[in-house]
Amino acid sequence: MKSQITLKVNGKQHTVEADPKTPLLYVLRNNLALNGPKFGCGLSQCGACMVLLNGQASTSCMIPVENTVNMEITTIEGLADGKGKLHPVQEAFFEEQAAQCGYCLNGMVMNSVSLLNKNPRPTDQQIKESLPTNICRCGVHSRVVKAVKRAANG
Amino acid sequence: MDRLLKSDRRSFLKQMGFVSVGFSLTGFSSALDYSPNQTQQSPNRSELTSWISIFEDGSVQVKTGKSELGQGIGTAIRQVAAEELNTTVDRVVIRLAQTEVTPDEGYTAGSRSIETSAMSVRYAAATVREKLISMVAREWDVDRESVRLENGVLYGESNKIGVGELIKGSQVVGEIDREVPIRGKNVRKVVGSPVKRDSIAKMVRGEEYFIHDLRFPGMVHARIVRPSAYGARLKSLNTSAVESMDGFLKVIEVGSFVGVVAEEEYQAVQLREELKKAAVWEEGEGLPAGKELKDYIKSLRVDSNTDESKGNPNAFKEGEVRHEASYFKPYIMHASNGPSCALAYFQNGILHVWSHTQGVYPQRESIADLVGLPVDKVNVKSVPGSGCYGHNAADDVAAEAALLAVNYPNRHIRLQWMRDDEHAWEPYGTAMIMELKASLTGNGKITGWSHELWSDSHSTRPRGDATNLLPSQYIEKGYKRPGGGFRGGATRNAVPYYDIPNLVQKSHLFEGPLRVSALRGLGATANLFAIESFMEELAYLAKQHPLDFRLAHLSDHRAKEVIQKLKAKTNGFRTSAYQGIGYAFSRYKNSASYLAMATLVEVSPENGKIEVMKMWAVIDSGECINPDGLKNQTEGGMIQATSWALMEQVGFNEQHITSKDWYSYPILRFPNIPEVEVEVIDRPNEEPLGAGETAQGPATAALANAVFAATGQRIRDWPLNRVDKTKD
Repeated sequence: MKSQITLKVNGKQHTVEADPKTPLLYVLRNNLALNGPKFGCGLSQCGACMVLLNGQASTSCMIPVENTVNMEITTIEGLADGKGKLHPVQEAFFEEQAAQCGYCLNGMVMNSVSLLNKNPRPTDQQIKESLPTNICRCGVHSRVVKAVKRAANG
Repeated sequence: MDRLLKSDRRSFLKQMGFVSVGFSLTGFSSALDYSPNQTQQSPNRSELTSWISIFEDGSVQVKTGKSELGQGIGTAIRQVAAEELNTTVDRVVIRLAQTEVTPDEGYTAGSRSIETSAMSVRYAAATVREKLISMVAREWDVDRESVRLENGVLYGESNKIGVGELIKGSQVVGEIDREVPIRGKNVRKVVGSPVKRDSIAKMVRGEEYFIHDLRFPGMVHARIVRPSAYGARLKSLNTSAVESMDGFLKVIEVGSFVGVVAEEEYQAVQLREELKKAAVWEEGEGLPAGKELKDYIKSLRVDSNTDESKGNPNAFKEGEVRHEASYFKPYIMHASNGPSCALAYFQNGILHVWSHTQGVYPQRESIADLVGLPVDKVNVKSVPGSGCYGHNAADDVAAEAALLAVNYPNRHIRLQWMRDDEHAWEPYGTAMIMELKASLTGNGKITGWSHELWSDSHSTRPRGDATNLLPSQYIEKGYKRPGGGFRGGATRNAVPYYDIPNLVQKSHLFEGPLRVSALRGLGATANLFAIESFMEELAYLAKQHPLDFRLAHLSDHRAKEVIQKLKAKTNGFRTSAYQGIGYAFSRYKNSASYLAMATLVEVSPENGKIEVMKMWAVIDSGECINPDGLKNQTEGGMIQATSWALMEQVGFNEQHITSKDWYSYPILRFPNIPEVEVEVIDRPNEEPLGAGETAQGPATAALANAVFAATGQRIRDWPLNRVDKTKD
């Protein structure tokens, strides 16, 4: 049954009408028209749908929207500052051209932002070990590692 | 011109002057005689369907029939056009495939986009430039040689004129000139540079880009209820329980094809789950589970052919040193990161489809057949999807969306496959067996070679009727089982590129139990896995360094150079205990890019676990249009194919596929990704060669060879992660 749910997404309050059991991903994409988080598996296995929940990277494809009402939700659209300047991780993914098809890019960026918040100077191995959730089928992993290092050093 | 104007820029184009050059990819005719300041009509030739246009403001538009598949073909095309028109890349826009708007270029596949489309665009752009220069030279009464074009302005010795002022609102149309000089072969201001893909700028902002992101007013959502097995038939479906669920709009049943439409997406997901419980299926013959797949394949009826025979075909039986080995590749998935998705809209007898297909025209004809509409009542627009690496479920989901739309008209239907739809129903890369035999002279020269392979089809793409679309198998209209008979896919790279005097190569095509089609590299991957593993086995018998052994059997200097460069890169590398380096070489299709590769592994003596540490590659793709794009494709191919060979195989039980998600079909993840290093040999004077499928085969063999170097264990069957521990 639908009800009114108020969420804080990218710093703004949004009230949506949705079944409280709906996974957050569907609400972000369909009710709020945010394209960043992607549907990849719906099983929390691939990381395409990652967002920040209270600053921590998390998949959004299984968590019911009702469990996120008191959280700060950040999507890739909310990473840039108020003036539109991109987050260093976004800049770095572009500079390193760390994508082929780009479908995994959202999750890679969000998880990397989360990593750098905790560890601003990670080693290559720490970067790799921080992204085990994120599937990439095109094989751009080595570029992602370079991009995260660039963001860390930038 | 009518065709050109049938775009969403129609009113804009009507008011604005331009110079356009049309061209086709099938047959060229000579250039027309243009006259300036006078609108000409298109020569209305049906094959003349591609266009490049420069507008009054100096902007350039290219219409291509190719789809963007994450390989960056759009950027490469913009680069060659910008070079010929001496303009910046950002002034060149490109339109992707759409029926009625862009040309019919068949499929975007087989690493041919650079070789065909980009080169046609290059000549067309150069034709536009020469045309503009001729117009100015005539107007100023000067030599053509004294005029140059830069960023939409034409300069003489003392005067200049913008394109807009020159053409003054007229619309000039002509055809490609194949004799035109190519600036990009000499100047190379834009071509040969690592131009960045601007689509990645959109992606990092989360802007609308993928087909998954399309939204239309009033759009509804659909899901499919899959049969319980390939051959299952729907016995009964009680829909009464779902009809009262939130958002329910309609269950669409066509034979054994079942889809459900709902107002909202998650409602469709929930309806699908309920309908799965309500559907009763009758299953036919099961899958051959529990049997050794190799033995099962060998038991199947085959269609055999001798594809190549050179010198004495029995020489492999006669040398001083003889060796034979059998190799196996199981079924492998495309496993796109984003499950396939399509939108369809049926109104007033016209069906619109949005698809991440590799071929909008073949899909249009196939869908028209499926839904029983005339071809001209179906439009297909290409929108980027998740990487596909060949024929994945893109066409299937579009066909299903179309089938739903004609049964639920007047609203846009968005059909998103779930993860288990994609994993368990896509057409896989077929299993293959390769049996190699060779003989060597006492001083280590190969005298005879035999390569026999067993393979199912490598292409069951839709080809104009509905047979190869997944839903056609369930609508009970008598469509046959998708078939292939495309031997060229199975035998790709089956003949070694080495100098071997006596050789025989045979293929045995079977019809296997799983649905199959084109996966990146087709048969080349498995054939090269076998050939390049076998070459190292022979080098070992000949007591030669594996790279020297290869060099001793090559006369093509470009082949030798990639190997020599690779050798220089890896020679100084000291392996530590439990580590080993393996090598591989190929020339893709024996006619495209050259590549040499090395892989470093470390194998745990405790449990036999293979850790891939580092990979090196040297690639020669002739003239390189975008070195970063070439590197990205090669790096990605190395990692993807390493994952295939190391750990992947499609699992199934008697009922159906059991690899339904990323846990039951694991692939290489970040913590185990090797470092990769790619060097490009740029040869501006050579033809550019396609490169998107070059790394796959060599990567799989270099891995097996590295495992042998580290452990002395020769693993010839994928997945290769089956090394015995070396420590008790």
